[in-house]
Amino acid sequence: MAWSAFRVAIAQFAPKLGDVSANLTRHLEYVNEAQRANAQVVVFPELALTGYQTQDLTLEVARHVSHPDIRRLIEASRHVDVLFSFVEETDDCRFFVTAAYASGGRLVHRHRKLYLPTYGMFDERRYFAPGDHVRTFFAQGGQAGVLICEDAWHLSSPYLLAVQGASVIYVPASSPWRNTMAASDFGSHAFWRQLLQVYAQLCGCFFVFANRVGYEDGVHFYGGSGVMGPDGEWVAEGPASEDAMVVADLDFRMVRRARYTTPLMRDERVRLVLAEMQEALRRRATDETGD
Amino acid sequence: MRPEIEAKLSLNPSLVTSVLTGFLRDEVTKVGFQKVVFGLSGGIDSALTAFLATEALGRDRVHAVLMPYRTSSRSSVEDALKVVEALQIPHTVIDITAPVDAYFAQVDRILGYEASALRRGNRMARERMVTLYDLSAAMNALVLGTSNKTELLLGYGTQFGDMASALNPIGDLYKCQVRQLAAHLGVPQSVLEKAPSADLWADQTDEKELGFTYDEADEILYQWVDLRMSPDEIVSRGYPERLVRGIVERVRRNQYKRRMPIIAKLSGRTIGLDFRYLRDWGT
Repeated sequence: MAWSAFRVAIAQFAPKLGDVSANLTRHLEYVNEAQRANAQVVVFPELALTGYQTQDLTLEVARHVSHPDIRRLIEASRHVDVLFSFVEETDDCRFFVTAAYASGGRLVHRHRKLYLPTYGMFDERRYFAPGDHVRTFFAQGGQAGVLICEDAWHLSSPYLLAVQGASVIYVPASSPWRNTMAASDFGSHAFWRQLLQVYAQLCGCFFVFANRVGYEDGVHFYGGSGVMGPDGEWVAEGPASEDAMVVADLDFRMVRRARYTTPLMRDERVRLVLAEMQEALRRRATDETGD
Repeated sequence: MRPEIEAKLSLNPSLVTSVLTGFLRDEVTKVGFQKVVFGLSGGIDSALTAFLATEALGRDRVHAVLMPYRTSSRSSVEDALKVVEALQIPHTVIDITAPVDAYFAQVDRILGYEASALRRGNRMARERMVTLYDLSAAMNALVLGTSNKTELLLGYGTQFGDMASALNPIGDLYKCQVRQLAAHLGVPQSVLEKAPSADLWADQTDEKELGFTYDEADEILYQWVDLRMSPDEIVSRGYPERLVRGIVERVRRNQYKRRMPIIAKLSGRTIGLDFRYLRDWGT
């Protein structure tokens, strides 16, 4: 057995748009608080180091992983693992929406957001380059994976991590509340809850959802962070719309039981998927060059 | 209104109230303000804004301003005072008759003819805006907008007049949703029930002037704007063609009122085009 149980703390708060130094301070405070709560991992929302709609602030809030601000957060992972998200700048001056997992004072894994939405109110691809990999890494809880917000709205993303054996999938998000007027419909909030519940059961793993709160130019981020168990039940749920640190214990025995009871990932026919994807790609290529 | 559309436009009032009061608290305080000021006309839109602001900030941090003109209906002032009474909030009455009349006395003489009702109405709306922005500086309070989504889309308002504000909590609510939320929050009955009116001249009502009801507008706008149905598709669903095309054309014609002035592009970074920052930059 890879692990027995560990404790996750989710830092749900409202970053200051464009003020990296103020946000870094908040991060370090939450790292301390998570440590006091005996958590082994503390998870921050998408772009919590910069704010979400960075637009033309991108150029000044971007940080190379060697930047002192990033080094400080990595350094802060000596006693508790830290999953944080920022605008990453590469040596060749590309900008990514990145989530970094640091442990024991070292950078263990980087996930660069794969899907940068440009529909409706979104305009991410205008400023950022998309990541090209979705990989698991070894951390607390054995194999873990990261999907940033929109990544998780694509069916293939959790599938690819589950196939690699992920038992925990972290989802840092900056999800705006929208389409939420109707009495019968909770809009994006309801969609996230359904999505995490179905994914967790299909993949037989934990989902750790870290969504920010606050407002940016009237756009409301609703929070509602929490941990969804492999049985499709919430292990812990944070409040909507307010700062919180949500703490949950992730017990591997739940993964084990779920995967025995409903062995969907065991029965997954990865080679069939691969062959059919190649065929589907070949057919698509006749009229377009999709990737 | 068709039942299926009515259901879609029916609000979850406590959820919407929590988002809108959170919006007011957050967007007011993070830019360094503590207070808000708004015009209170006696109509349902400004009454709803007053209720939301009071719930968000508390009665000591809101200030209502009643700005009647000599032809304003008596019931408008009475209804505005009922809102003040219900919320127990501070208010000021500033009669705009003298500055508006002084302006037209001079300008009518210079131009040699009498101003139209439309010009007079626009001037009143802008006088109120000028007053609110002056009180904003005097009271160190942000000006709240009171235009709803229906009138913003239809362009049924005065540019740089009643459409001007620092923050608008109700601009994404259709008129029928304003009514629901106002009823939920306890806006006085006489305000809820009276016919909507800009009250710029005697017996004016919005629906008479527009030529259709707000319910008709909301139903068509929702399908066109929110559901992205084409006007043809809406007509094919059984709505009068004249009405649908009339509303769509109104929205298009008034787009200018919803945007900042356009700037002739010369440089590589032009304000509004490729100089992009949120207003909440740094907050």
